[in-house]
Order: sequence, then C-alpha cells, then structure tokens
Amino acid sequence: MKFLLRRLGFYVLAAWVSLTLNFFIPRLAPGDPASALQATFQGKLDPAALEAMKSAFGLTDEPLYRQYFKYLGNLFQGDLGISIAHFPAPVTEVISEALLWTLLLAGVSVVISFSVGTILGILSAWRRGGWLDSIAPASFIFLGAFPYFWLAMLLLFVLGFLGGWFPLRHAYSDTLSPALTLEFLLDAIHHAFLPALSIVIASLGGWLLSMRNTMIGVISEDYVTMAQAKGLSSRRVMLNYAARNALLPNITGFGMALGFVLSGSLLTEIVFSYPGQGYLLFEAVKSMDYPLMQGLFLAITVAVLAANWFVDIAYVFLDPRTRR
Amino acid sequence: MNFFHQLLGNRKAVIGLWVMAAFALTALIGPWLVRDPADFLADPLLPPNSEYWLGTTRQGQDVFAQTICGARMSLLIGFFVGVVVVFIGATVGIAAGFFGGWVDDALSLLTNVFLIIPGLPLAVVLAAYLEASPLSIAFVLILTGWAWNARVVRAQTLSIAKKDFVSAALTSGESKWRIMFWEILPNMTSLVVSGFIGAVVYAIGAQVGLEFLGMGDVSEVTWGTNLFWAANNQALLTESWWTIVPTGVSVALVGFALVMINFAIDEVTNPKLKSEADFRKVVLAEGVEPGFSTPVLKALGERTQPTRASLRPAPLDAPITPVLAAPPAVSNPPPPTAEQVADTPRQPSIKPKEEA
Repeated sequence: MKFLLRRLGFYVLAAWVSLTLNFFIPRLAPGDPASALQATFQGKLDPAALEAMKSAFGLTDEPLYRQYFKYLGNLFQGDLGISIAHFPAPVTEVISEALLWTLLLAGVSVVISFSVGTILGILSAWRRGGWLDSIAPASFIFLGAFPYFWLAMLLLFVLGFLGGWFPLRHAYSDTLSPALTLEFLLDAIHHAFLPALSIVIASLGGWLLSMRNTMIGVISEDYVTMAQAKGLSSRRVMLNYAARNALLPNITGFGMALGFVLSGSLLTEIVFSYPGQGYLLFEAVKSMDYPLMQGLFLAITVAVLAANWFVDIAYVFLDPRTRR
Repeated sequence: MNFFHQLLGNRKAVIGLWVMAAFALTALIGPWLVRDPADFLADPLLPPNSEYWLGTTRQGQDVFAQTICGARMSLLIGFFVGVVVVFIGATVGIAAGFFGGWVDDALSLLTNVFLIIPGLPLAVVLAAYLEASPLSIAFVLILTGWAWNARVVRAQTLSIAKKDFVSAALTSGESKWRIMFWEILPNMTSLVVSGFIGAVVYAIGAQVGLEFLGMGDVSEVTWGTNLFWAANNQALLTESWWTIVPTGVSVALVGFALVMINFAIDEVTNPKLKSEADFRKVVLAEGVEPGFSTPVLKALGERTQPTRASLRPAPLDAPITPVLAAPPAVSNPPPPTAEQVADTPRQPSIKPKEEA
C-alpha cells in the first residue's frame, strides 16, 4: 500500500510538471503569445471567441502567477479552452469523444504485442540457438526498425487497397451507428485489425528481446539448474521458475514503454484516419489548433500516467517484496 | 582501446558498421551525384524506370534523388541529437549518482518525470510554437529524449562511485568535476556508446514521425518530409508505392544497423552473455551441440563424434527428441527404444550413464 501511494504521489507530480510545461511553453515561445494568437486567427474567428480562448488560456495582461493559478483553476473545472478546428466545441468534448477509440486500439494492441512478445522471448531464450531463436528476434527487430506509420501505410496498401480485405479508413462503417450489437462489434474489429496489426508488428520485437535477454540471465541461475536436477518437467521449470522471475523487470519496462508505443499508435491512427487522439493531433497540427494540441498533450499524459499506475498495481501482485 | 577492439571482432557489429558507413558516405557525397531533389523534372508519378531509378513523385520530382538527399539532413539531425543527449544524460546521470543526497533525489525525480511524459505529444506542442526548422526539431528531440540516458548512467555511476579508485582520487584531492569526467566516465565507455546509439535510433525515428505529421519545415528534403508529401499526395490511392518504400526501407536499414551494433556491444561487454558465447564456441569446436540450458549440454546430438562422447557431462534434463534422433554412439547400454522413451516420465536426472 505504501508502495502504491508513493507511486501515486510521483504520478501526481509528473502530471503537475506536464501541466506547468503546458502553461509555460506558449509563453516562452518567441514573441508574445496573445498577439500571436490574435495574428493567427484574425478573421478566422469572431472577436468574442478569440477573447474566450485567450481567457481560457489565461493569456491576459495579469501578472504571470495570477494567470497560472487561473489556468490551474480552469483545468480543474475541466476547461481546456475552445477548439479552433471544431469551433465552437470545447476541447474537452472533442477529446473525450476520441479518447475511447485510442484507448481501445492502443490498449488492445499493446496487450497483444506484450503477451506474444513475452511468450516468444521465453521460448527463444529457452531453446537458445534453436530455430525460433535464430529467426524471431532478428526479424522482429528488423520490422521494429520501420516507423510504425510506415508499416501501417504498407499494410493498408497491400491488404486494404490491393487485397481489398480490410476497410481503408475510420473505426466503423458509415452505415452503422455505435451500438452494443454484434454487427457493430464485428465491424469495429474489422476496422481495427490493420491498425492494431501494424502496432503489434512494430512493437513486438522490443518485448521479445528484453524478455529473451532477462530470461537468459535467469536461466543460468543456480535455482533453475536445481529445479532441473530435481527432475521437474521442462515446461514447469521454464514457466514457473525461470519465466516468472524474468517477467518482473519486463513489467517495469512495460510501464516505461507505454508512452512510446502510444506515440507510435497516434501516428498509425493518422494513416488509417482512425478517429482517435492521433487523428485529432494531426488535424490540430494542420489547422494550427493550439488549444486542441495542448489539450491532447494533457489527456494523453494523464492516460499514460494512469496506465502506469495500473502496471504498478499489477506489480504488487507479482512481486511479494513490494507488499511489505 | 580494448572495448572497440573487441567490438570490431563481433560479426553483428561489423555488419552494422558497414551499413552505417555506406549510409554516411551516401549522405556525405550522394547529394552531389544526383539530380536536384526539389526540381520538377519529369511527368508525375512515373513508376521506376531506367531514367528515374525509383520513379517520380506527384510533382515529378526524382524519388531516388530525394531518398539520397533526405539521408543527409535526417542522419545529421539524428547524430547531432545523439551527441547532445548523451552529453546531457552523462552529466545529469553522473552528477546524480556521484553526489547522492538531495542532488540525486532532485535529478532522479526530474529524470523519471521526463521519462514518463509521453514524448510525441509534448514534442508536437513544443514544435508547434517554434519556427519550423531542422534545428527546432533537434531541440524538441533533445528535450524529450535525454532522460533515458541519464537514468542508465546514474545506475552505473552508483556502482562505480563505491570503487576504491574513486575514493583514492577523492583523498588525493582531485576536484569533483575531474573525478566525474576523468575517473568515472571513462569506465563506462560501452554504456555511453550504446546510449548514444539508442539516442540516434530514437532521434531518427521520432524526427521522421514529427515531420510526417507536418511539424518540420516541409520545403526541406528529409526522410520525414518525403513521407509527409507522399501521404499528402495520396500515394496509396494512386498506387505509387515507390514514393514511400525507398524512404521507409532506408530508415529501417539505418535503425537495424544501429541496433545490431548495440547488440554487439551488449554481447562484448555483458559478462554473462560473453562467457556463454565463449562457452558455446568451445563446445561447438568440440563438435558437440550446446544444450538449451547452459551449461548443460545436449545429451545426444546427431553431430556428436563418438571419440568426443566421453567428454560430455551427464545430462540434467535430457529432452526426449534428441534421444530418438541419436545414433547409437556408445554401445553400452543400448539406447532406449521409442516405446520405452515414450513411457519414461520426464525425470531423467538420474539416467543410466550411457556416456561412461
């Protein structure tokens, strides 16, 4: 419990740092942000909207510390300003619509690639020098060297465009509306398949390799030799003795790598016009929608921090030492 | 130096270094040997042909020239970011590990916070407020990428700082900064080199990603902007695969080569992997196939020479399949038949000593 609370404290701190970065980046950028906003959106927005945006960002003539507290106050009321691209929808609304899709796509693919990668890592370390070990790590590392979104483009082209087996864009068919029916679920899975596949292919190698390397270290430990000497079955030694202990450092790495994988999946979403955070980010960049960009940064950061805390909770179950 | 010497003896490192050398040479002199990548030279979207080896873009630009010229800026930024990231990482990491106390607490906290904040969204926000140029991209990548190195270096510093030679340097009155950079840093050459390579891989990948998003200077020819234009021009819907494949393959080859070098560094410096590699080498030279769980040797390898059979230690957990496949190398006692093997539970730790 103490462990979890300490970690929670750390995440709150990290969240505060990102909030603060988010506040200061526009203000430290060259030029005066208020007039920059004015110049950028002059004629695009009516003056009232511009005023609202400026006050939502605390871009007033007040002293900096007052602006800062106002900004924090607005944040806690869930006010991230108004999106330019989706005017006049508030940023929070635009983001929350898309958040579910990203969490679904990235979450499912990360879990799949972590599990498959870990299992392949266990097997290739166990049969070191075997056929799996000589093929899998090298080929997945090579695939992992491609940018996520590039693999996505290739898959989209070959399997979606040339093959015609998968839809080319969006999260579900235009003819359906979101509902908890079997038809809709199957359709959503069909749409998510290629984006998920490209994330899995691109990130699998990392999990595989770190599991394999930790596992190799663990296998040469005496207690593994001892377990084999006792005559336990190969499978039992592999899973319950070696893999179980090799998994722990990998779980820590899992939390660390989440942000990285999520960044990759954001780019994948763009290729598939998948209506998640990544696609919003792309739209925000295209239309210079600063409030939306900053809101996305905060939302994604909070999601990553929360996911890390769940990883910590899992860790408590896996490692008895943290329960003391 | 010993470490670099060993590295050159490693096959993976040599492959990686050759690929990198080829790309570095291309980036250095290639742009002078090809057409102007920005010129509108030919018909749009020509497939690869004898005149334009990799075809042309929608604007009629030469894809081959764009790929070659893109290498220059992309690699330059990648290596520049790598150098700076390693410098910051080493300074922060060594300072945290060496000074300890509140310095360590503060620096570690900062490092961990930057590690956990997702890089791409932060980079997008930062880049959006900066002028679109390769230099801003480099700045953004440094800010989002330094933390990992600092963390790794700190961990290593903690163990080195306890060593006698550091205490000796302290008692002899050397300055703290000198100890940090002249006593401690040289003892982690391999770590710093591998951190550098990791940072370059990150920088190239993230740079391509950011530019693909349109955050870079889109008039500059880099690998990222090549892909940005290809996507913008609906490369897939026009079936012009040649506008995306060369750049993607180049990025992947560079990344793969760098990762190979990093593996080699790990093999050369990690005592566990190294001793195992040496062991396998010796065993293989003896004509015996190394087992799946070292130092246990596979009991009956097909390639086993009878004369060497006596050298093999007793198996701890001999798998069933090799027994079936094994030639009757040693005659006493006779090898078990297939049925016997199938019936035997997998508890072979006390096996009849067929080796003796």
